Amino acid sequence: MTFSPALEERFAQMLRAYPEGRQRSAVVPMLIYAQDEVGSITPELIEEVARRCGVDPLQVDEVVGYYSMLHRRPMGKYHVQVCTNISCMLVGGEQLYEHARKTLGIGHKEVTPDGRFSLEEVECMGACSWAPAVQINYDFHHFVTPEKLDQLIDSLRKAQ
Amino acid sequence: MTALYNEPSPLETRILSRRFGLENSASLDTYLATDGFKAFLKAREMTPEQIIEEVKVSALRGRGGAGFPTGLKWSFVPRSSPKPKYIIVNADESEPGTCKDRLLMEYDPHQLIEGILIASLAVDAHAGYIYIRGEYRYLIESMNRAIGEAYSRGYLGKNIAGTGWNFDLHTHSGAGAYECGEETALLDSIEGKRGIPRMKPPFPAVAGAWACPTLLNNVETFSAVPFIIREGGKAFADLGTPKNGGTRLVCISGHVNKPGVYELPLGYPMLKAIYEVAGGIPGGRKLKAVVPGGSSCPILKAEECDIPMDYDTLAKAGSMLGSGGMVVMDETTDMARVALRIMRFYAHESCGWCIPCREGTTWLRKILTRMVEGNGRREDVALLGELSKNMLGRTFCALGDAAAMPTISIVEKFAEDFDKYIVPEAVLV
Repeated sequence: MTFSPALEERFAQMLRAYPEGRQRSAVVPMLIYAQDEVGSITPELIEEVARRCGVDPLQVDEVVGYYSMLHRRPMGKYHVQVCTNISCMLVGGEQLYEHARKTLGIGHKEVTPDGRFSLEEVECMGACSWAPAVQINYDFHHFVTPEKLDQLIDSLRKAQ
Repeated sequence: MTALYNEPSPLETRILSRRFGLENSASLDTYLATDGFKAFLKAREMTPEQIIEEVKVSALRGRGGAGFPTGLKWSFVPRSSPKPKYIIVNADESEPGTCKDRLLMEYDPHQLIEGILIASLAVDAHAGYIYIRGEYRYLIESMNRAIGEAYSRGYLGKNIAGTGWNFDLHTHSGAGAYECGEETALLDSIEGKRGIPRMKPPFPAVAGAWACPTLLNNVETFSAVPFIIREGGKAFADLGTPKNGGTRLVCISGHVNKPGVYELPLGYPMLKAIYEVAGGIPGGRKLKAVVPGGSSCPILKAEECDIPMDYDTLAKAGSMLGSGGMVVMDETTDMARVALRIMRFYAHESCGWCIPCREGTTWLRKILTRMVEGNGRREDVALLGELSKNMLGRTFCALGDAAAMPTISIVEKFAEDFDKYIVPEAVLV
């Protein structure tokens, strides 16, 4: 498998970052950055990361199920993550998640038929003092109300 | 001015956050113009013993949650070991209620870098890794930019600032796992494995990353070090209370008018933090409960909150200062639902290695779900308490305790909140 030049450069840096003979350390960072480009953790990607890090594919496969941000199926182009953990819950996070379910017409870890949106109820994302919080892909949105979420989703629907 | 997430409070003591809000606060030029790297140059003239002694005098305690004395932790690293020594920064900030390390990395990355460099002098390390949670991708990128800037200007790499000291620093991305904030699970994760906690001893100071001596501290802990070396350990200690030196970034969330991250001295009155710093409770409603330092801490009832916020007072009150995540709950809060939400989190995050934690959190979640859905039984409240107590101290890491402790406190202090969910004739569904 080949990746974009920027990602190849990042992978080369990752492999250099760890002590000699410890390239297995690059497995998790490599998987998450590759997933962004490939769309999901595919069997070919597992083989490729294993080859580059010098480990058995099974040693890569077994970490995939452990980390919640790694997905074996593609999520939507816009992955909407709504936090309902305690700080968010106290100020309307659960209602916000219900609102997102209705607006997008999908449930937890589901993808819209056109592949544009997916939804996930997530655990604490470190935005407690600016709750309720939503992350769309890697972008944080703070103090989110149902109206603000609708606007965000609308603007993404219109975006190419 | 760089946009801040919340307005600062005039009641703050801004030591670690002094550059927050400055123009280009994350740039090396801003850092150098505001005492940057003076502490490193000073530390380079000191012996490792003197650096560690200064940190001990400062009474700095780990800001990740456990509150272990930092200077003592540094003294455990065997400097004379022939193995390479490593520094690992825990930036896996995942404890519910906690959102401070984000700000330290976003607004003042060079303060963190300088703290790491001073630690490297103290433990004779020449490489370090900042383990940043995967969700904080923008911080991985901004930290990489700051590291790149430091390399290009000679503050990382070979012969740092002309002093002959060498140190390499890298970021490492996590991929979503609360458990990886536990230091030994973090070490397995950084080695490319599932984040499973290790048996201790050996402690990471002796056998950590790649079985080498490793110094592991939280972002905020390292960020406090430049001030301690520059101004002296005593100056930092004097900001707080005995054995509880300095300030810390308190993350206030929940039912307050002005939620935010505020830097307050150790020993700051909890009620003053809620009612003055964070502007009190909306609608003039009454305080019901406070999570003092992240969701792992036993919850305090309103009448238990008239205390200073330091590690020892919180311990005496039967709770913990934890990671600084203070969650305020008003009189409308349903503590049964709070208990359920906390347990859903721990059941999701248990790594599954230890049976009391894996099965305990799962069963507690099932019982709480059944109750809140309207099928509670009279004996359930006692069962929740008994199950939780059986998890305490029976796991490799603290996640089992972290799940059990808030549950025990809620069941004992807010039993009446469960009453409405108990149906005498309920049948098992």
